[in-house]
Parts: sequence; structure tokens; C-alpha cells
Amino acid sequence: MSSTIEFTINGKDITGRPGQTVLEAAQDAGVYIPRLCYMRGLAAFGACRVCTVLVNGRPQAACTQTVAPGMVVENNTEKMTAFRRNLIDMLFVEGNHFCMFCEKSGNCELQALAYRFGIAAPKYPYMFQPREVDMSHGDVFIDRNRCVLCGRCVRASRDVDGKHVFDFVGRGLHKRIAVNAEALLGDTELAVTDKAAEACPVGAIVKKRVGYAVPVGQRLYDHKPIGSEIESTAL
Amino acid sequence: MVANTNGFKRIAIEPVTRVEGHGKVTLLLDEQNRVHQARLHIVEFRGFERFILGRPFWEVPVLVQRLCGICPVSHHLAAAKAMDRIVGGEKLTPTAEKMRRLMHYGQFFQSHALHFFHLVSPDILFGGIEDPFAGFSADPALRNVIAVAAKFPELAVQGVMMRKYGQEVILRTAGKKIHGTGAIPGGINKNLTIAERDFLLKDVEQMIKWSHGALKIAKDYTVKHLTKLAPFGSFDSSHMSLIRADGAMDLYHGGLRAITADGKKIFDHVDYQKYTDYIAEEVRPWSYMKFPFIKSIGPENGWYRVGPLARLNTADFIDTPAAEAARKEFMAVTKGKPNNVSMAYHWARMIELLHSIEKIRELLNDKDLQGQDLVTRGQRREETVGLIEAPRGTLFHHYRVDKHDQVTMANLIVSTTNNNEPMNRAVQKVAQDHLSGKKEITEGLLNHIEVVIRAYDPCLSCATHALGQMPLVVELVDAAGNLVDRKTKGG
Repeated sequence: MSSTIEFTINGKDITGRPGQTVLEAAQDAGVYIPRLCYMRGLAAFGACRVCTVLVNGRPQAACTQTVAPGMVVENNTEKMTAFRRNLIDMLFVEGNHFCMFCEKSGNCELQALAYRFGIAAPKYPYMFQPREVDMSHGDVFIDRNRCVLCGRCVRASRDVDGKHVFDFVGRGLHKRIAVNAEALLGDTELAVTDKAAEACPVGAIVKKRVGYAVPVGQRLYDHKPIGSEIESTAL
Repeated sequence: MVANTNGFKRIAIEPVTRVEGHGKVTLLLDEQNRVHQARLHIVEFRGFERFILGRPFWEVPVLVQRLCGICPVSHHLAAAKAMDRIVGGEKLTPTAEKMRRLMHYGQFFQSHALHFFHLVSPDILFGGIEDPFAGFSADPALRNVIAVAAKFPELAVQGVMMRKYGQEVILRTAGKKIHGTGAIPGGINKNLTIAERDFLLKDVEQMIKWSHGALKIAKDYTVKHLTKLAPFGSFDSSHMSLIRADGAMDLYHGGLRAITADGKKIFDHVDYQKYTDYIAEEVRPWSYMKFPFIKSIGPENGWYRVGPLARLNTADFIDTPAAEAARKEFMAVTKGKPNNVSMAYHWARMIELLHSIEKIRELLNDKDLQGQDLVTRGQRREETVGLIEAPRGTLFHHYRVDKHDQVTMANLIVSTTNNNEPMNRAVQKVAQDHLSGKKEITEGLLNHIEVVIRAYDPCLSCATHALGQMPLVVELVDAAGNLVDRKTKGG
């Protein structure tokens, strides 16, 4: 079996390794495929579908699809951009995302994706669902208003921290992040040093009393759009 | 107070123009157009005190500033001062306190410039040389900032550039020109770089020069027409503000001082953590805005004024030379006694404009702004009060925070709320003196009422008038409630 696999993304020749996902092979080649639930070091999940690409004409999640020889991948096309914009739009209206005072602003992957895709305001109506805030833990809090159900915290806690503090409950619109305790986060074994405490791409699981310590202008996405750190490595 | 409003004609000025936010004035007139009641209503309801409940306390300084787009820094800093005490960090490092002060003076500068040039200048610049009221009734098509720009282009440019300069100061201290994040519990999140300092220093002398010019316009207008302006919407009242320990005007911090209309101290250097021992709020059924009063005097007569006029009256001195010289001239008019003239607010405001820019220059030359020590922490508390002098007057933020870091109680007394009763008195006075008994209530006469409201620079919240199209509807309704006359302008 060959140790490299050749395929194309938007016509560009890419070399991947056997077993590697399209998203990771693209990333190694300096091609950014937008993503939200993917996090390096955690098992792929395929939940958010933001990384959806066309593989030989069929939609696939790039974070779960492994590379194959001769694969023709369409990533950054008008059609896929419109598809992703719709997905991000829907994530915004399903939750209660108030970027203007959210402490994650400037460091938030959802917000950064919206900026990258030029979303100034959602086109769908807001749902204004009631969501719970859990401040019971001494060092970390959950604001479910901002949760996008990416499951990063679930995987980080289970697979990296070995604790299984978080999991999903409910289905459809009622799906939410629950904690492994009778009632509240403060009753779990979560520690502020856990991977799960820093895995959240949005402002849903946040370390307490950090707030706005990083000034505007020095935040992650203040100057360059999300993904540019990958694109800047392109040969 | 009119017990039974039946049998009177009602005129509504809605909305009041060239103020921040939405308000309306209602007048009740009898058959001879004599005014029986005049009220300023604040028709907005914002709900901030409710929807910050349950939020993390460090979020509050960033969240509550959304109350306003004109002076958000005031809310940002009042809340930050409150939250300093929650983390036990109220003794700020020199860098943190000076950065906050710089942000605050930047805001005073831009807010006062905006008010004077954009909102007020049309009323006073188009007046006849001999008649201070002539501008109030000038053609409404001219009575706006666009007309000012056409007739006094140099002045209009100064207004725009001064506001811009203030916003540049805010940008470099808060991170954004509007709704930044600079002040955090116990300190600040950035210092001022040398490049930022030099950028601001570049224009500071020009700003000082222009501030002197604006002050001269306000002073000359007031002094020249003092005899006529003195009774215009004026009345005796108490005055209140924060004051520095040595009696100097201090816009950022101090103790509370209240004085009577003739200058006697009601209380002095009061620790504002105990403000509820001194100030209470009354609710009246016809307004969303509460009526604060000094407890020891009672709800009937305990109301007071805040803002530039009150601060000039309460201060023993100002600690910057040009503003202090201007203060002395201001106080000389009333022979050292408190000035109770509503229209003198403009003069007082321009003295503060000058003071702010002098303070900005002083701070920019202070090396503490390049310090690295930004945040302090200490003994945790659960209840806290943060006070600041906002451009429009004393601003109160009162919170309780539980052990889980969640806000459980919030009470805000904003500057304009403190001036609620005074503004109502002013409206009443102008209505009585200038409208009552007149055969025809003209648009120009109604603008007299708006003029006196503007003197107080109320922040009814975040809106300004549409340029040149001030939407004003006045309805004359007879005793039976039938519409007998309706006048509109703009809109």
C-alpha cells in the first residue's frame, strides 16, 4: 500500500496519508476547510456539518471522510459557501448569541466564521429559546444560550480528561448539554485545568473571572479571519 | 397639579427633538390657553436592571454601557467601579486609574462637544444679536446642525473634529470608540503605548484652543443676555455632585456633596456606598422615570439638580488653570453664590469641556500611563455601589453579587433621572412664562420648551433627531377630546 494518497481540492493537487481525513490533509497542505465541531486532538464527530465538502459530487463531512486516491473535492465554491453560510446562520438564530457583550467576542469561532462569510445579520428569524446558565462551579460556568452543540466538551472530558463530565440529553430542538451530576456543574469533577474547560469554540463553557482581560485589538480574530493561520502555511 | 384633567386642552410635543432618546411634553390649557399643567414624560422603558440579573458580574461593565451610544463610558466605568469592590480591587494601580480617567475625560470632551455644537448651537447661533430668544423661533428648516455647517462652516468643523478627538481617546483606552472593554473589575486591560500617546498629543493643543473658542461663545451668549436668560426656565434648587476630598471638582471619583440653592451644605464628603441613607426615589404614576430626592428634606422639596451647573456650584475649585479661571468668572456673576439659571448649564458645560481637555493633556504627559501593573485584587464583597460624574450628572450603579458570581440585584439611578424634577420645573416655568395665555401656540413657542430641556442635556437614551426633519406633532384637543388643531413639522 502506498504511503501517500493523491487527490485534488478545487483542482489543486493534495497529498494525504492513508487514514487521514480530508480536513486534516487539506490543513497540512495549507487549505482551510471551515469547521466548528472539529478540534485537533479530539476524535472527529461530524456534528456541525460546517466542513461539508463535495467528494466526487456528493456532500461529505471533511472531518470524518478519509482520503482516497483520485478523489475530487470541492471546498471553496460558491455553492459550498452558500451552504455553509446557511448553516452558520441557523446556528446563530437557534441560540441566543449576543456578541456585543459576550466575553468570547474576538476569540469566538462561530463569530469569526460569520465574519469570514460576511454575515452581518442572520437572515432567519431568531428563536429566542429559553436556555439555562449554570454558575455553580467555582472556576467554570456554562451559558447554554451560546451552546452550538458541537460536543467538543463531551469528547474532551471523556477522551482526554477521562471524566465524562458532559453529555447530550434531549433531541431536536430540546437537545442540550447536560452535566454528569444530580443537578449542577459545581457537583461534577470538572477542574479548571481540564481540556473540557478550554475546548468550547464559543462562549458556552467559559473559565470564570477572565472576562475581557485581553483588550480589543489583541484578540485571536481581531486582525485576520479565522482560517488564515492555515492558509498562510500554503506553499 | 391638576386633579381632574377633563375640561382642558392638551398639547403634546412628541418627540422632544435634539436630545438623546425619546421623550414627550404634555401641556394642559384652558379655554384661554392658560397653562395648568406641563410635564416632561420619558416614554422609554429599557429593562436593563432586570435582564442583567443572573449574569456574571465581570460582564456587567460591558453589558450595561449598551444603555447608551453617547456616553457609554460613564456606564462602563460606574459599573467597573462597582465591580472593583466585588473583587476587592477598588484601590487601583496608578496606571489603571489614570487610564480610566483618560477614557472618562475623552468621553466628557466628545459628549460635551456633541451636545454644544450638534444639538444646541442651532438655538443660539441663529438668534438676533439683541434678542437671545430669536433663535428659538428661527425657521425650523435652518434650526439644525446642517444649517450651522452652511452658515458657520469653521465652527461646524471644529465641533466634528473635537468629537472625533474625544472618540480617539476612548478608542485608545477602551479598545473601541463606542462600547469598548477597557475597564475590568480591579483595573484596566491595557496601558497607553508611546505611539498612542504621541498620536493623541499631536492635536491636543489645537483642541484646547478650540475649547476656549466654544467656551467664549457660551459665556458671551449667557453674559450678554443674562437679564433675559436668568428667569428663563429657572428656579432655586439644591445641587449635588461628587467632590474630591480637598473640594476640587472631580468627574471620576469622590464623596457626595449636596448644597442648597444659596450654597449651604446639606451633606458633604458622603461615602457613596451609603447613598441609600441620603437619597431615596419616588415613583409617580405618569412617568417611567423615578424621582430621586434627598431623604433629610423629603420628597416634596428634596429634589436637586446634577450635571455641569451643579458641579460648578458644588466645587470649591477646579484643578486645571484655564478651567479654574473660567470657573471664577462664572461664579463672579452670582457673587460666589450658586447659579440657579437653567440656561447657564451651557456655560458650565463648556468650562467642563475645557477642564476635560486640560486633564487629557496632563495625563498624556504622565508616564504612569505606560505602566505594566494593570489589575489589583483583594477581599471579596457581595454588595457594591459605583458612582461617577457622567457628562449629564451623577450616575449611580448599585449591585449585589452572590457567591457564584451572579448578579442578584441591580439599581441604576442615571443622571437624567436625578434631573427629572428640575426638568419638569423648567418645562412648567417656560410654559407659564412664554406660552400661557397666548392666542396661538406656534412651533417657535413650543421650541422654547425644548430649548430649556436641552439645557439639561437629558439622555432619554440612544437617539437624536433626524437632520433637518425634526418630526414634531402638536395636537390641540378640546375639552370633549376632539381634535381642533394639529400641527406637524418635518417627519
